[in-house]
Amino acid sequence: MSTLLRNAIVLLLLLTAVTGVAYPAVVGGLGNLLFPHEASGSLVERDGKPVGSALIGQSFTEPRYFWGRPSATTPAANNAASSTPSNLGPTNPALADAAKQRIAVLRAADPDNKAPVPVELVTASGSGLDPEISPAAAEYQVMRVARLRGLEPAKVRELVAANTQGRQFGMLGEARVNVLKLNLALDQASR
Amino acid sequence: MNTAISFASNTNWQAYSGESTMSYLTDALGLTVQNFLSAATGIAVLVTLVRGFVRRGSAAVGNFWVDMTRATLYVLLPFSLIIALLLVSQGVIQNVSAYIDVATLQHGSQTLPMGPAASQVAIKMLGTNGGGFFNANSAHPFENPTPFSNFVEMLSIFLIPAALCYTFGSMVGDRRQGWAILATMLLIFLPLTVGLVAAEQAGNPALHGLAVDAQASALQSGGNMEGKETRFGIASSGLFAAITTAASCGAVNAAHDSLTPLGGLVPMWLMQLGEVIFGGVGAGLYGMLAFAIVAVFIAGLMVGRTPEYIGKKIEAYEMKMASLAVLIPAALVVIGTAVAVMSPAGVAGVANPGAHGFSEMLYAVSSASNNNGSAFGGLSANTPFWNVLLGICMFLARFPLAIAMLAMAGSLAAKRHVPPSAGTLPTHTPLFVTLLACVVIVVGALTFLPALALGPIAEHLMSATGH
Repeated sequence: MSTLLRNAIVLLLLLTAVTGVAYPAVVGGLGNLLFPHEASGSLVERDGKPVGSALIGQSFTEPRYFWGRPSATTPAANNAASSTPSNLGPTNPALADAAKQRIAVLRAADPDNKAPVPVELVTASGSGLDPEISPAAAEYQVMRVARLRGLEPAKVRELVAANTQGRQFGMLGEARVNVLKLNLALDQASR
Repeated sequence: MNTAISFASNTNWQAYSGESTMSYLTDALGLTVQNFLSAATGIAVLVTLVRGFVRRGSAAVGNFWVDMTRATLYVLLPFSLIIALLLVSQGVIQNVSAYIDVATLQHGSQTLPMGPAASQVAIKMLGTNGGGFFNANSAHPFENPTPFSNFVEMLSIFLIPAALCYTFGSMVGDRRQGWAILATMLLIFLPLTVGLVAAEQAGNPALHGLAVDAQASALQSGGNMEGKETRFGIASSGLFAAITTAASCGAVNAAHDSLTPLGGLVPMWLMQLGEVIFGGVGAGLYGMLAFAIVAVFIAGLMVGRTPEYIGKKIEAYEMKMASLAVLIPAALVVIGTAVAVMSPAGVAGVANPGAHGFSEMLYAVSSASNNNGSAFGGLSANTPFWNVLLGICMFLARFPLAIAMLAMAGSLAAKRHVPPSAGTLPTHTPLFVTLLACVVIVVGALTFLPALALGPIAEHLMSATGH
């Protein structure tokens, strides 16, 4: 019995050293050597200062910016320190109410746009930090942003296209537009 | 305590949220290590059981320490390293920096979380553990930033459970036996996955009356996007949900609580089938072998012969152990859910009204009792009642089952080899694959249909008729 216990403890200590210390350290070392930008959070800078991460959605509520996915994080939307989905069930009345309210806000910001709202702009994302929207959700907002910034819609569409990624390797996932990068490019263009 | 059982039992149910509770040191020393060891234990138990079939008249079934060390150092560690680096290349963070405060474009501020995520995410997938570095798990862009990282994560969930089928065939000296088990798993997995994706793509009827465009097109995935990430859309989210619950991984890249009623039924049922469709590392296959023994027993009953499997007679003792393996998780789900529903403290955790609230409780107990670890996340499970109930379920589902399998291994190893005769049921044919799939489904359907009818099926009928 005591041999059994000793074996168990020795094995646990050895494997803890290998898997709990050496392994994360090696991944950290190699990861930062090969992919320093990615390993440290894919930060995006403007004028030398970080303004966010390309992977973490920010709150955009001003109509002159493209808006991202609704976020269910608390206490504020897009709280990166506390990721969470809404966890609303499909038949929960709160889900439909939230969608109605989001439609109303979008319509108020752009009264001329009568097109149905792409579903992603009225449903909360899985992390509460989705950095991207679909090309359909971007197109829905193009006219509003162009009008408020005094830019040609064609110019705005050009910026959208420049910040759109297709399916990865042509087949994986979905096409998507990075909202933070797009808005940075817009600010640059409107200067 | 709940967290300790959770990670040791390979469930990785998380009643806490990763960002706010765990330090980098706890993550690495406690959780990452348990992620490795609980998976290695599953492999060790499995190879012990397989040795039971291989050895003849033997009193020994191998050395646990050797199996454990080899599984960790030769299989889990090298694969984890490769996967972790692939994930970092896509944008999964790996650092020990403090959280970063940034000033956002709209003159607000945002605190970006940091930490050694990639090393933990790799083994959480590969070991079918599932415990996320962040609260949103693999929906979090720092844990799963691109469609390719999503593909790598899905692949690493199925990698070892699927490969072990081949290991099994190789070890018993007849690879067809392994292929037959793999075919059975796919036979059940594929139709259920297609059903899940179709249900999600159909969208949520509650939004149909509103000015919402949920049609799939070249520009958007459409469908039920609540709780899903844009980069994954419907297909990659649905496939992930099926894989993570078929294997007992439990990592999620979308909010399962917000799946459509029928879309949510699939992951729930995949868990309730006993986590044998791929299942946990090692644990899935030994569960499936228990079902295979039940299947040859049923076939034996029909023709009145003593059943055999892989050259060993299946007798009363093996049947008792196999039945325990099949019945313990099922009983835990049914009894645990009943206890929760009857307790005010259980019902108090429910977040969504109506039938969906019942689904939340059923899902939680199914997840814990089959060592999955995913959740209908609305349930407030970090209460004394839920921590104790789910802790008991996780413990009883993991350890007594492993003991039953080890007991069966010992009994099988001591037996003589029975050469196949004209009356032996071959266990590598399409006939046996169908029989085995039917046994798994019939046990799963008979046990859980009443409960599923009260939860997701009732909700689907209400939703489809506009209530």
